Amino acid sequence: MSLFSDPRWSEALGHLPDYLGNHVRVSVTALALGLLVSLPLAIFSRNRPVTRGALLGLASIVQTVPGLALLALFYPLLLALAALSLSWFGVGFSAFGFLPAVLALALYSMLPVLRNTITGLQGVEPAILEAAQGVGMTERQSLTMVELPLALPVMMAGIRTAAVWVIGTATLSTPIGQTSLGNYIFAGLQTQNWVFVLFGCLAAAVLALAVDQLLALIETGLRQRSRLGVAFGGVGIAVLVAATLMPAVTRSQSTYIVGAKTFAEQYVLSALIAQRLRAAGLSASSREGLGSNVIFDALASGDIDVYVDYSGTLWANQFHHSDIKPREELLDELKATLAAQKITMLGGLGFEAIYSDDFILILLCGYHYRACETARLCSLVKSKD
Amino acid sequence: MTGAPPLIAFAHVGKSFDGGRGAKPVLAVNDVSLDVAEGELLAIVGGSGSGKTTLLRLASRLIEADSGSITIEGADVRAVDPVQLRRRIGYVFQSGGLFPHMSVADNIGITPKLLGMPAAEIASRVDELLDLVRLDRTQHRDRLPQELSGGQRQRVGVARALAARPKIVLMDEPFGALDPLTRDALGDDFRDLHKKLGLTTVMITHDMTEAILLADRVAVMRAGRLLALGTPAQLSNSDDPYVGELLRTPRRQAERLNVLLPKGGPA
Repeated sequence: MSLFSDPRWSEALGHLPDYLGNHVRVSVTALALGLLVSLPLAIFSRNRPVTRGALLGLASIVQTVPGLALLALFYPLLLALAALSLSWFGVGFSAFGFLPAVLALALYSMLPVLRNTITGLQGVEPAILEAAQGVGMTERQSLTMVELPLALPVMMAGIRTAAVWVIGTATLSTPIGQTSLGNYIFAGLQTQNWVFVLFGCLAAAVLALAVDQLLALIETGLRQRSRLGVAFGGVGIAVLVAATLMPAVTRSQSTYIVGAKTFAEQYVLSALIAQRLRAAGLSASSREGLGSNVIFDALASGDIDVYVDYSGTLWANQFHHSDIKPREELLDELKATLAAQKITMLGGLGFEAIYSDDFILILLCGYHYRACETARLCSLVKSKD
Repeated sequence: MTGAPPLIAFAHVGKSFDGGRGAKPVLAVNDVSLDVAEGELLAIVGGSGSGKTTLLRLASRLIEADSGSITIEGADVRAVDPVQLRRRIGYVFQSGGLFPHMSVADNIGITPKLLGMPAAEIASRVDELLDLVRLDRTQHRDRLPQELSGGQRQRVGVARALAARPKIVLMDEPFGALDPLTRDALGDDFRDLHKKLGLTTVMITHDMTEAILLADRVAVMRAGRLLALGTPAQLSNSDDPYVGELLRTPRRQAERLNVLLPKGGPA
C-alpha cells in the first residue's frame, strides 16, 4: 500500500475544516491581542530605559516557560478569575479552551514584537530625529511620519516571527480544550497514527508560511507606499479569518461534549460514548487530547459533560490522598467526594489497569444540567453493552 | 550696521552639557552676546567643540539655554511655542538630514504639509523650489535621498529649509562634506538666494575662506566663547592671536597657490 492511498489521509482531511478553522481563529486573535498590547508598550517605553528593561525582562521570562506549561497554567488562573468574577459581579466566563489559549499565546507573541519595535525605533539616527524636530514636527508627528516608517522593516520582522511562533505553539492548546491542528498531533502520537502526526505538522507549517507571506506582502506594500500591496495582504488575512468563521456559523453546537485525555484508551472510549449518545438521538461530540490537570476542572465547571477517569489518579492526584485503601472502600469514598462537587460517579467500566490494583476505569458524569437531563445522559452512557 | 532692530539677538547666553558619569559639566556656550541684523548673512567660524552648533540649536529651541535670552523677531524664544517657532525658521542640517524614506518632493514639502498647506499648492511650491536650487524637476522630484549625490542632497536640504518661506535660515556646516567645486558653486548659489529672497542667514562653518567669501560678517568662536565679530576687514584688525591665526591660514594658502600655479594658465 502506498503512503498516500492510506485511508487515514482522507480521515485526516475530513477533520481539517474544524481543526484548521479553530487553529486560525485562536492564532489570529492571539496575535492581534499581542500586537495591540505590545506595540503601544514598546512605543511608550522606547525613551524610558527602566520601563524598557523591565518589559523586555518580563517578556524574556515568559519566553523561557515552555509553551505547553504556559498554556496549562492559564487554565487554573482563569478558572479562579472566573469564580471571582462570578461571585463579585455575577458574571462568569468559560476558562476552558479559547480564552486561556488566546491569552497564553498573546503573551508568547510579545517578546519578538516588543524587542524588535524597540530596537527598530532606537535604530533611527539621532541626526534624522533632530531634523524631524527641526522642520517643525511635534513629537507625535515625528513618531508617525519618521520614526515608525524607518523602524518598519525591523518591526515587521518581529511581527512575522511572532506570527510563526504563535501558529506553531497554538498546536499545544489542544490539552487545554482548544481544538487546533494539535489535535492531529496529540491523537496521532497516542494512537501511533503517524499519518495524523505528519498531517498536523504539515498543516501547521503551511499555515505559518502562508501568514508569514501575507505579512511580508503588507510590509512591502507599506515600504513602497503602495496601498495595493497593503490591501492585498490585509484582504488575504481577512479572507483567511472569514473562511474559518464560516463553519462556525453553520455548525450546530453539540448538546453533549465527551472529554478525553491524551491516552490511547481515552480516545477509543470517548468515541464510543459519543457514538452511543448519537445513537440515542442526542447531539454529541468529543473533545480530545485534554490535559489531566484540565479535564477534571472542565467537567466540574460544565465545559465538558462526561469523561472517563482512573480511580487511582483521582484519589492520589486530584484529592491528594497518600494512603491506600481497599478498592470498594476507595470507590465509595470517591463517590461521596465527587458528589459534593456535583459530579456523579457512574461506576467502573470493567477494565483494570493490570500494573496496579488501584487503577480501575471509572466513568464520571457532570451534574450541571437539570436533574432529569443528567439522569438521561448518565443512563445512556451507563447502559453499556 | 544700521540702527534697525536685530532680527536675531543672543544676550549673555550660556549652555552646559552633562559631561557624563562623574565628569564635570562641559560649558558649550559661555556668555555669548550676538546680534544678527535683518537681511544679514552671518558666518560663525570655529573648530569642533567651539559651541557654534550649540548656538544654532539654541536659536530654534532644539535645546534650551541655561542662562541669558534669545530673541527672534523681537520675541523671546522661550515665550513662543517651539514647534511653531521651528516651522518659521528654515534649518539646513549638516550633511542634509533628509528623511531617507521620503522622496525629494516629500522632503521639500514637509514643513508646508505640517502647516496644513493643500497638496496641490505644496506640489507647485516644490517645483518652484527645485528650480530655485537648480535641480531638474522631472529628474529629481520622485527620487529618494540616497539616489542623489552629496551636492544634490544639500540642494534639497536648502530647498526644504526655504519651503515655508521663512525669513530666517540657520545652516549647520551646509557645504562641509562636499567636493571643492560643488561647494563653491553651492555657496555662490546660496549667496544669490539669500539676496534674492531677502533672507537673514546664520551659517556655521569651520572654513574661514568660505566664511570670508560668503558672509557679511564673521563671528569667531572658541571653547564656547565669542572671540571676535565683524566684517572680514574689521576682523583682520583683531589682536586676538587665534583670530589672527585663522585669517593667516587662507592668506598663506593663497600666496602658496599663486607661487605654485603659473599666472595666466587655465586656472
